[in-house]
Amino acid sequence: MAEFLQNIVGAVDPYTMQVIVNIGIAIPLALGLNIITGLTGQLSLGHAAFMSIGAFISAICTIRLGFPFALTLVTSGLVTAAIGAMIGFPILRLSGDYLAICTLGFAEIVKVIFLNLDITNKALGLTVPAPKSFLPMPIYVWGIAILSIVFVAFLQSSRFGRALKAIREDEIAAEAMGINLARYKVQSFAIGSFLAGVGGGLYAHFLGYINPSDFGFLKSVDILSMVVLGGLGSIPGTVIGAAVLTAAPEFLRFMSEYRMLVYGALLVCLMVFRPNGLLGGVNFTGLLLKAIGRNINESIPREKGRRKL
Amino acid sequence: MFLQQLINGIALGSTYALIALGYTMVYGIITLINFAHGEIFMVGAFIGLLMVSVFKLNIFIAMALAMCVCMVLGVVIELIAYRRLRRSSRLSALISAIGVSIFLSSLALMVFGADAKGFPEGAFPLHQIHIGNADISTLQLTIIGIAAFLMLGLEFIVQKTKIGKAMRATSEDYAAAALMGINVNRVISFTFALGSALAAAGGVLVGLLYNAVSFNMGLMAGLKAFAAAVLGGIGSIPGAMLGGVLLGVTEIFGVAIGYSSYRDAIAFAILVLVLLFKPTGLLGQKIQKKV
Repeated sequence: MAEFLQNIVGAVDPYTMQVIVNIGIAIPLALGLNIITGLTGQLSLGHAAFMSIGAFISAICTIRLGFPFALTLVTSGLVTAAIGAMIGFPILRLSGDYLAICTLGFAEIVKVIFLNLDITNKALGLTVPAPKSFLPMPIYVWGIAILSIVFVAFLQSSRFGRALKAIREDEIAAEAMGINLARYKVQSFAIGSFLAGVGGGLYAHFLGYINPSDFGFLKSVDILSMVVLGGLGSIPGTVIGAAVLTAAPEFLRFMSEYRMLVYGALLVCLMVFRPNGLLGGVNFTGLLLKAIGRNINESIPREKGRRKL
Repeated sequence: MFLQQLINGIALGSTYALIALGYTMVYGIITLINFAHGEIFMVGAFIGLLMVSVFKLNIFIAMALAMCVCMVLGVVIELIAYRRLRRSSRLSALISAIGVSIFLSSLALMVFGADAKGFPEGAFPLHQIHIGNADISTLQLTIIGIAAFLMLGLEFIVQKTKIGKAMRATSEDYAAAALMGINVNRVISFTFALGSALAAAGGVLVGLLYNAVSFNMGLMAGLKAFAAAVLGGIGSIPGAMLGGVLLGVTEIFGVAIGYSSYRDAIAFAILVLVLLFKPTGLLGQKIQKKV
């Protein structure tokens, strides 16, 4: 079985495979932020910090404790979620841009702390050995990516997800309806951090080397762009955003030094011409049903209306 | 020792304050975190450097020119990247701003290269003045002087002139200001021009202070200046000044007592702490949420 999978992975050329895996890693990260920003409406500019916490916890688990890979990922996710809840508890009282700048500040603090700790090897970063698992890495990454998509899809349509959406639409009304704002916000923050921690663990083990400086403000912005570009709060949108923005720098590679220039201009153009994201306001279930010839569009509530964020 | 560090801190802090003013004014009017502002600061520094090293101009004339160029740059950025997004969600405008910021910094990387450039020898007549046991350079005094002068000028424009009155009205209530016959687009362009000019002045001053201008100087300076703006209460002009100086001074003192490797975290740690106890910043006004 494992050999068979290995053969499939080996059939794709390594460069393409690397891009595919990078997309798979970006998906849980972006979905995590999608829960915090897209679903609950709390703007976070520090998602890379949770990713770095996950990456370093998982690296330390593998190097110091010799955990198997699956256990490593779960540990890094849980620890990151706990830290996310701990941080979320005080700062989620803030709203809007104050929250955004607080998460940003927190991310910078995490980065500087990791740059000064002995266990993270300070500014030199950690070299992470290849994971001990019988599955090839690309399959593993995409398995987790798909798991996280399914998880978030269930979450979104659950009672919990509806409460989060209510908070996003109107905090005061939600509170009046008996939703405990603080509790739900912290929980959504913790779940988002959990996914970020898992994504960070995958990132660390796939790349094999992590450095605190890699998880700066620009990384957070990268993840946020994925969520906004695809359309806030939409799972297919987030997945496509993650794929497009991970692959875009690769496709633009032929322009070598103009690459980032074009990337920046592209972000501006996309926002100016599609301000709600590529797939913002598109109803996927409806499209799918239409495609198979069943027009029960009316029975599905359309998710329209702009959020205030 | 104390006086020395205090002067160092105020000099650094007043450059933060100059950048923070641009953030706070733009935020006050269109509630957008203008992430491209740090890059305008960087472009200002480069233009000042170009004027001094290539065209051999006096540093003060160079600074004035840099301010003019950045004024135009700020207005153009607003026109292209933000104007159409004014009615859409604030996150889209934020991403657009980040796009502009990536664009400008990679443009600077291409044009000027990756290594930091210094101002030519003698660009600024540097002298040391001894006050007590402190060594204070004329450069630091000039920085504090210019920053104070520009902030007073800004305060004058905002409080005493007609366009300043229009700015205040627009930030109070955008729709009502437009109904009263204020050309809101012009006011917003003017705000961007003012903020960008101040950032450019800050860029030239920081370039002189560290004698280094590089393509990535905008990011950290921009983030810290934004932290300063929030610390003082975003939207409040005196708040930005206070926040900038406060961050500069604490940062320098933090380094002086031996936390130099935590330098970048100090500013943000103060920010987080202040926001936890006073969620609207030091001088910010509490806005009552209405149903």
